[in-house]
Amino acid sequence: MGRVVLVTGLSRDIALRCARLLADQGDALGIDKVVGVDVTPPREDLGGVKFVRADIRTPVIAKVIAVEDVDTVVHLDLGPAHGRGAAKELNVIGTMQLLAACQRVSHVTTFVLGSSTAVYGTSARSPALFTESSVARGGTGSGFPKDVCEVEGYVRGFARRRPDVRIVTLRSAQVLDAGAPLASYFANPVLPTVAGYDPRLQFLHVHDALEVLRRAVVDEGVQGTFNVAGDGVVMLSQAVRRLGRPTVPFPPVGFGTAARTMLRAMGSDITPDLHRLLMHGRVVDTTALRTILGYAPAYTSAEAFSMFAAGLQPGLLSGRGAS
Amino acid sequence: MTDDHRDVPLGTSGRAGRGSQRGTTPSTAARSLAGGAARPPRRPSDPAGASGPGRPRLHAVPDDASAEPPPSAHDGPQEPPPTGLPLDEVLTAVVAAAQRVLGDDWESRLARMLATLRRRLSGDYEVDDFGHDPEVAELLVQVLEPLAEKWFRLEVRGVHNIPAEGGALLVGNHSGTVPIDGLITSYAVHRYAQRTLRPLAADLVFALPFVGETARKFGATLACTEDAERLLGRGELAAVWPEGFKGVGKPFSERYKLQRFGRGGFVSSAMRAQVPIVPVSIVGAEEIYPLVGNLPSLARLLGLPYLPITPFFPWLGLLGLVPLPSKWIIEFGEPVRTDAYAPEAADDPMLLFNVTDQVRETIQQTLYGLLVDRGGAFF
Repeated sequence: MGRVVLVTGLSRDIALRCARLLADQGDALGIDKVVGVDVTPPREDLGGVKFVRADIRTPVIAKVIAVEDVDTVVHLDLGPAHGRGAAKELNVIGTMQLLAACQRVSHVTTFVLGSSTAVYGTSARSPALFTESSVARGGTGSGFPKDVCEVEGYVRGFARRRPDVRIVTLRSAQVLDAGAPLASYFANPVLPTVAGYDPRLQFLHVHDALEVLRRAVVDEGVQGTFNVAGDGVVMLSQAVRRLGRPTVPFPPVGFGTAARTMLRAMGSDITPDLHRLLMHGRVVDTTALRTILGYAPAYTSAEAFSMFAAGLQPGLLSGRGAS
Repeated sequence: MTDDHRDVPLGTSGRAGRGSQRGTTPSTAARSLAGGAARPPRRPSDPAGASGPGRPRLHAVPDDASAEPPPSAHDGPQEPPPTGLPLDEVLTAVVAAAQRVLGDDWESRLARMLATLRRRLSGDYEVDDFGHDPEVAELLVQVLEPLAEKWFRLEVRGVHNIPAEGGALLVGNHSGTVPIDGLITSYAVHRYAQRTLRPLAADLVFALPFVGETARKFGATLACTEDAERLLGRGELAAVWPEGFKGVGKPFSERYKLQRFGRGGFVSSAMRAQVPIVPVSIVGAEEIYPLVGNLPSLARLLGLPYLPITPFFPWLGLLGLVPLPSKWIIEFGEPVRTDAYAPEAADDPMLLFNVTDQVRETIQQTLYGLLVDRGGAFF
């Protein structure tokens, strides 16, 4: 008998693609069934994924796990949202309910958490590259980074209570797909920046993100926490030049308000956790991913970014460069 | 080329000899042309030569200027005069100026510069994981060159002690109220040892706008064990100033007295990476901003480690920020080898203290020697 995989947050693009990948390759990977849950059904084609409309913030999720005989849970329902209260509810309370449900069910053997590098926060006192054992030295006091820290804390608690469950935490850099905060930021015609700061950013191509998730689900020998990001860095100044978009520098004090006002005037928005990221940036070390998980990302950060940029409207200053 | 042609009507509008018809000064275009592009060969019809005597004459005859009807005064700068400057002479002047600034192969150099600029503006360059941007760093080194060589009259000794390849940790004394010694040491390593130095800087540097951004591009990173070991493990040349703010912000009366060398973290980093420690003694940085007072409470309020008062600083405003032209000597000392110890020795605190003291004493003794050699601080 094959495995049954539960994927949460199916209406998110990456979750749906992950679920479909696992369902499509089910025979080869020994997976019988892939169940996806979310409160809203995804808009795209489901493929071989079975969709169950369930809210992970309620005990209903325990029933889904029991009825479907789930043995592998892939928790991808984490993310920043514009409505702060709703995001926290979903990120933290959703994870708590999900873990509570998993703890009661003995046939759950694998738990994969799609976390974020936001767990390291971002500050001037941070080391240049974070390893999996680094601790955040600032920037996790509020917003999405705080949620991620709390979620990872609950997952660690779950790991203590259920030592028999294989837990893989994947701290991934931002995948620039629809809905990612940096993707919607870069899509604006004019970009607000913090005057005097040029953060280093890292991106992850969706191909690598899916491949790492697939390995985490399938490879029984893999356990622990891994940073997942494309090699190298892209400076914000470099990114905006490659996009050909003009920038408007704002002073660090009051940047949040100014940037939000400006972006809202352009019909967009910015999540508060980007403010600090646009000051100090964040870069992670992916040695563990290569040596332990045995996967080297196929796309560098710069490549992932240029593929994202190719899908955008050319910027106002695009004709200026040599390319 | 198009720019050159555009220059011409601008320049000719300040007509030679006649001055601007408003009567007081030649037009800005005429003045800039006289002082700027036309420097190398003096043109016979140079407006500078004619407008010089023209000015007092117009002053002396104010009626003449006021008698001019207002509309013609208004038309003056707009309407290009019929007899302009000869085009070819302007062109020759521009070419001569370019040759003088850029050398004989000015055309290819100019093309290269424009290509670089274009590449920079399209974002088509590489930075490493720490944010080091070699092109910006190279530019900064060139900017630092006159400061180091002409202003500070830098003398560098013991360059052969810097390993030509592989990792090493440079350990220096820190002083001077503003950590310019870090910049000058980086310059010296770049210029005389042809290697890139990766300074390890305090977190305050990266919290400051513009300073932190530039520091990262210059190759600096945060002074913490992780970054130090990562750089040394990659075979880079890292530099650390273990005295930190205690060294930079010490009063002028305590100059060249080394403070505590941190907690010896630099030794353990070097031991783990098995790279030599090169003691660096810097003489001259103490005198650039003599710190005679401090405002600790105001500094606390601003979140700074100290708020300096120098004989010039708050009093002269921005002028007080000009460093005094002291004479500098940087000596790179005999490397202290750490590969004789096992990497596990980095966990032995007594050994760390001993090596730290050894490095500190070496630097202190070298400083005394260099001070005697240097003689006067400024001349």
